[in-house]
Amino acid sequence: MLQTALEHIESEQDFGDTLAANENVMICCGRMGPMCLPVYDVMEALTPSYPHVAFRDMAFDEPVGRIIRSLPETAGFTGLPFTVYFKAGKVVSATSSIQTMEQVTAILDEHLGAQD
Amino acid sequence: MRTDYDIIVLGAGPAGLTAGIYAARAHRSVLVLDTGTIGGQTVLSYHVANYPGVGETSGRALSQSMLQQARAFGCDVKAFARIANIDLTARRKTITLKDGTALTATAVVLASGGVPRKLGVEGEQRFGGRGISYCATCDGDFFTDRPIAVVGGGNSALEEAVALTRYASHVTVIHEFEHFQAEPWIIAEARANEKISFLMNQRVLGFSGGAELAAVQSVDKQTGVATETHVDGCFVFIGYVPNSDAFADQVKLTERGEVVTDDTLQTSLPGVFAAGDVRQKRVRQVTTAVADGTIAALAALEFLSELAA
Ligand SMILES: Cc1cc2nc3c(=O)[nH]c(=O)nc-3n(C[C@H](O)[C@H](O)[C@H](O)COP(=O)(O)OP(=O)(O)OC[C@H]3O[C@@H](n4cnc5c(N)ncnc54)[C@H](O)[C@@H]3O)c2cc1C
Repeated sequence: MLQTALEHIESEQDFGDTLAANENVMICCGRMGPMCLPVYDVMEALTPSYPHVAFRDMAFDEPVGRIIRSLPETAGFTGLPFTVYFKAGKVVSATSSIQTMEQVTAILDEHLGAQD
Repeated sequence: MRTDYDIIVLGAGPAGLTAGIYAARAHRSVLVLDTGTIGGQTVLSYHVANYPGVGETSGRALSQSMLQQARAFGCDVKAFARIANIDLTARRKTITLKDGTALTATAVVLASGGVPRKLGVEGEQRFGGRGISYCATCDGDFFTDRPIAVVGGGNSALEEAVALTRYASHVTVIHEFEHFQAEPWIIAEARANEKISFLMNQRVLGFSGGAELAAVQSVDKQTGVATETHVDGCFVFIGYVPNSDAFADQVKLTERGEVVTDDTLQTSLPGVFAAGDVRQKRVRQVTTAVADGTIAALAALEFLSELAA
């Protein structure tokens, strides 16, 4: 399990439930490592401004990580973390490696709706 | 939210947090403002093994402990600040946020550090996270039994090249000069490693491939002979760029964009000090950043006292 203040997706069941219960979901799949920590921090900071988005993390090396690792949209990714944005259960964007606040908000605003 | 401070520190890396600790401990009102996350480049280090007194730790743990220490002394610390404008020239310095909030202070410490330098060549952005990486410890295992390149010839490049041989089938080090700019023992270790070969005196022209990286194109700077190095991954370690754009037109910079300071770490503007990797200096480490943060904070405190006298 990742040591972040985000809610974690820890099983296939969690994943399915999260997508079923939320129109807009951002999942960051990574480790407690250098390129991942800043992205979790960005997500934590954005949580209050994007109440319509469910921000979740997922441990890359645990069995649950296979969900994100095996998506066609992350094929060829070689930089942690793998971050995937879902709208109505479908992938609308995916990024590999560290992302800034500006990069994340640009994707959120374009695909999942602008902040409050 | 408070908007008027004695001192505003731009940057919450080790230099900025240390300045915050010293200035807040002296009972001054201090705000440490960061445009990114807390910790600066230390967050990019899995292990920091050379910070005296704490043994081996992670960059994250070290910076979180500095953050707690700063807050315990009453220092305000804000991450992910959206800064619209910085005015350092007036007697009272003003940092305006994108929501219109004007934050003012009598003294400012510039501690905005730096970011890894990019090559700025064709394909670098396209293959970022799809073959090109700037972090060996994070992404090395994606290249297990695959050929990779490392661009650079300093300590970081050669240390990481050696570390990456744990995963990669072969590592080609591509460097722009005939000689390395690294410690002799690191050069010796890299040269002794059978999995590493060297392409010297190269200008990297670009990266190519389909959905994923397939090759690095470079040319010999003397002979003009072009080389295509077929690799699945490429790690770039070519130094760093100071984060000085936001105030570049207000304080004196070197041609590399580093802030010029005097012995007290004051910049060309009265009441504006600089600390850490953003300023002109030779050694860029956590220890030198915290030393700078100390000196800059003490100089800023003296500046405030002299104004009040
Ligand atoms: C991968 C890696 C590994 C390293 N390993 C080690 C090690 O093992 N030991 C060691 O001693 N050193 C190490 N270093 C070097 C060390 O991390 C740096 O020297 C040190 O972090 C510099 O501290 P700083 O506070 O000056 O700047 P930084 O750490 O760069 O922090 C600057 C902060 O300022 C913020 N900022 C940027 N622009 C603005 C702005 N306009 N306004 C407000 N905030 C701004 C940034 O977001 C950042 O948080 C490593 C560096 C890297 C990249």
